[in-house]
Amino acid sequence: MSSLQYLGLHSIRGSLVVLDHVEGIQYDEMARIVLEDGTERTGRVAMLEGDRAILQVFEGTSGLSLHNTKTQFTGRPMELPLSEELLGRVFNGAGRPADGLGEIFPEQFADINGLPLNPVSRHYPRNFIQTGISAIDCLTTLIRGQKLPIFSGTGLSHNKLAVQIVQQAKIAQETDTPFAVVFAAMGIQNDVAESFRRSFAESGVLQNVVMFLNLANDPIIERIITPRCALTAAEYLAYEKHMHILVVMTDMTAYAEALREFSSSKGEIPGRKGFPGYLYSDLASLYERAGMIEGVEGSVTQLPILTMPNDDITHPIPDLTGYITEGQIVLDRGLEQSGIYPPISVLPSLSRLMKDGIGAGYTREDHAAVSNQLFAAYAQVQDARSLASVIGEEELSALDRRYMTFGRLFEQHFVAQGEHEERSIAQTLDLGWKLLSLLPKSALDRVDHALLEQHYDPTAAEYFGIKE
Amino acid sequence: MSLPVIYSINGPVIKLLDTEHFSMMEMVYVGHRRLVGEVIALTDTETTIQVYEGTAGLRTGEPVEPTGAPLCVTLGPGILNNIFDGIERPLHTLEAVSGAFIADGLSVPVLDEERTYPVTVKMEIGDMVHPGEVYASCPETSVILHLCMIPPQLSGRVVYAAPHGDYRIHDEILRVEDAKGIIHSLTLCQKWPIRKARPAVRRMAPSRPMITGQRVIDTLFPIARGGTAAIPGGFGTGKTMTQHQIAKWCDADIIIYIGCGERGNEMTQVLEEFTALADPRTGRSLMERTVLIANTSNMPVAAREASIYTGITLAEYYRDMGYHIAIMADSTSRWAEALREISGRLEEMPAEEGFPAYLPSRLSEFYERTGCYETLSGHEGSVAVIGAVSPQGSDFSEPVTQNTKRFVRCFWGLDKSLAYARHYPAIHWNLSYSEYLDDLSDYYTKQVHPKFTALRNAISGILKEETELMDIVRLIGADVLPEEQKLTLEIARVIRVGFLQQNAFHKEDTYVPLDKQFRMMQLILHIHETAKALLAQGISLNAMKDSGVFEQIIQVKYTIPNHQLSLFDTLTQSLDDTLNALHTDKQEGLL
Repeated sequence: MSSLQYLGLHSIRGSLVVLDHVEGIQYDEMARIVLEDGTERTGRVAMLEGDRAILQVFEGTSGLSLHNTKTQFTGRPMELPLSEELLGRVFNGAGRPADGLGEIFPEQFADINGLPLNPVSRHYPRNFIQTGISAIDCLTTLIRGQKLPIFSGTGLSHNKLAVQIVQQAKIAQETDTPFAVVFAAMGIQNDVAESFRRSFAESGVLQNVVMFLNLANDPIIERIITPRCALTAAEYLAYEKHMHILVVMTDMTAYAEALREFSSSKGEIPGRKGFPGYLYSDLASLYERAGMIEGVEGSVTQLPILTMPNDDITHPIPDLTGYITEGQIVLDRGLEQSGIYPPISVLPSLSRLMKDGIGAGYTREDHAAVSNQLFAAYAQVQDARSLASVIGEEELSALDRRYMTFGRLFEQHFVAQGEHEERSIAQTLDLGWKLLSLLPKSALDRVDHALLEQHYDPTAAEYFGIKE
Repeated sequence: MSLPVIYSINGPVIKLLDTEHFSMMEMVYVGHRRLVGEVIALTDTETTIQVYEGTAGLRTGEPVEPTGAPLCVTLGPGILNNIFDGIERPLHTLEAVSGAFIADGLSVPVLDEERTYPVTVKMEIGDMVHPGEVYASCPETSVILHLCMIPPQLSGRVVYAAPHGDYRIHDEILRVEDAKGIIHSLTLCQKWPIRKARPAVRRMAPSRPMITGQRVIDTLFPIARGGTAAIPGGFGTGKTMTQHQIAKWCDADIIIYIGCGERGNEMTQVLEEFTALADPRTGRSLMERTVLIANTSNMPVAAREASIYTGITLAEYYRDMGYHIAIMADSTSRWAEALREISGRLEEMPAEEGFPAYLPSRLSEFYERTGCYETLSGHEGSVAVIGAVSPQGSDFSEPVTQNTKRFVRCFWGLDKSLAYARHYPAIHWNLSYSEYLDDLSDYYTKQVHPKFTALRNAISGILKEETELMDIVRLIGADVLPEEQKLTLEIARVIRVGFLQQNAFHKEDTYVPLDKQFRMMQLILHIHETAKALLAQGISLNAMKDSGVFEQIIQVKYTIPNHQLSLFDTLTQSLDDTLNALHTDKQEGLL
């Protein structure tokens, strides 16, 4: 660290401060800003022009004046101290201990921005993670090393779902590889963060959780580095300590909004809905940090949660996220209101990696057939429903009426399940066949004849207690 | 001489207060770590450079070194069966140098400099050579013969020619003395600026289809060799999947797959799959005639902008050897966004949705580098581009989709509702079109069957009619339609499920030759006619449905193997019998 200190500032604009007459400063390096009362803030070089440096201040600029600061540049990018002691600890959004247990004793430091993973070094993810939730396991299968976001809306039960996934996920199935959760909170309420902590404690995984908390009342700029700290910790634990890591990041919407606020304070030209033109690249720099490395034990699986503003899936945040992530789990207000938990809207949900991680040797040979047929049949249900809303259910053809029944039971028995109910993949698939058997064989055009003969259950109607 | 120094740094854009040393589009080395950059603007006071690598850690006052040449790619044997980043740095070599994560400022040779190729030299001392003429050849992979061509600006007399033998790419093969008496030394490789199209003798009209084995494409919306197509679709509609299928099965000689700002895992998958996949034409690994360019979304944005040009320049080089190339660009929207991002950093006045005003001209420049050409070497070669477009919010009216639509001649619109129902490929017949139909009808008539075009139009007509009927059904239900229209709906369903839907994971269905496509159409339309005749004789549609005839047609894609098309005759006969039996049953009072 250079011992040179710069007194005062040239100007302050939002969370940015401008220093003049500085020398030898690196782009992206960190600086310590010391106030008169001795308190310290952290800044990062966001732009350099001649002998002028523009710094973003993570803790905000309130209380700063043009004369009361001393700035010292560290000559290093933003780095996170890392060691196995991270496990079980709570940090603030900038990676500083926030649980009163003191600094960790670092084994190494790593730049929180990470480096792009070489595509030829990646290991293509293929291992199925059983979450015990039918709609996910069967239809949008989670794969180890995948990034699978939950698209939700305000007030929906995404947090409950995330907790259930964390508690039930068999991430480290059939291996001795240890498993840990990295939790990054961005702009969420205190209560929500606390409920996550409590449920981690209840399920006894707390000593295997690293938490980075930037709560709703914490500084915006800090929010931009929170997920980067979390992912740096995750990469360290996964690739250096060879653990399977599940990263839960919530709420990505708050993150993107922080980025927008920061971008506009820099005077950048806005793109759609005021978000900066580089929102895609910026989100990608987070999401792409999921994955596995060839020949290295350990994995980073991401479960980002975002609340779609106004439940609009075409809003830039869910839209760009969907283009980067390997699928999405979409929650639906209508289902939530009809009392279905988890309210997973099946049709727009998708897992891009499932095709290579299911079937014989991974789950069960009939998995692909069941999931394709359930999707196709449920799409028919939507058509039948929209027709019924015009001409009335009575007027529907016999087949469409069977689709209506199928749709209702599918939602009640397959999608819906208890908050602590865990179904094995076999149970889930059998249930899928039972439901499909409510339809005539000729309507099941996505499954192989042999599979159909093997699994079609003519007694399904009785099982669900309905009369033909 | 002291080098000019950096004045300001803002993300990937740096500025210098020096205008003497640089020219537009010149490649430069930035800073002590020698990051690769390119001059993108020159004013009276400053030079603006975009940097293709991360700029973190760079200082103002560090030197910038001009190279005197624009950003170039190295062209020579070793390009195939390889994976590069957006500025043609081989990723396997980068992995060897810096491990699993790509560090900045790495400088590695583009092509393997140690590997030798058995070279056949085609020139002798005293020969006169002209641009594009082939002076040497060597097998680059087991399936592609690499031709070394005289650079387009050079002609003269051969003063030295190496004997046949094994050479490395930088070994001298030929020395040519030009009209001014300057001696030029030629090796197995040469350089070419990525932003400049390689010259050819003349452009030719598209006349042959690029056969993909995908029914909805080959039959309904075909693309020509040297053609252009766009695949727009929201996330999850199967753009990447469609491109993978085309890359695997199309009858181009060489595939160039550009992963532009997309997922890292996808490139890993392409690499793994293509390496393992036996090429249907050669039996060797598909990678032996494939180049991958991977500039994933988390790699530097400026290199993403360059990746498209790198890809098309490599394509043009192989085109000049007389090969037919198919480029998969996934996705052109990410490239447009890279333009937007850099434009924003330059504080240019934005046009629509923040995209720069020059977006349409850049897109047209790119798509116009495709086509079928007579090359300088006297061959016929072509470059086709299939560009994925990722419209924001699945809205096809956004600028990238709209502008792309103006410059491509095939439009394969992917539809969310089809994808939700897992109807793949989710190319929607109402959204899509191909302007090559007329250009190619001659080929289909002569090479496949004289009635091909007529049947195609009939199929497309039935789909059109279905759309209109569905508007009615949506209001009042299907039951009120007359029997004949119900039959149309049923046949349309057979077409959708049995013909348009194609299972990429089924070994018979993943690729279907044109002959079988034709026979399938023929069968569907034949049964349509038979069923119509029966309806006229008073047989109900439900009786026909119950007979299972339509389900059998839907299964044809699986039940009749691609090489046993004679089974179609037997099947047609047996289906006819089943249907006609209904007629007999009726007469005998059984129905």
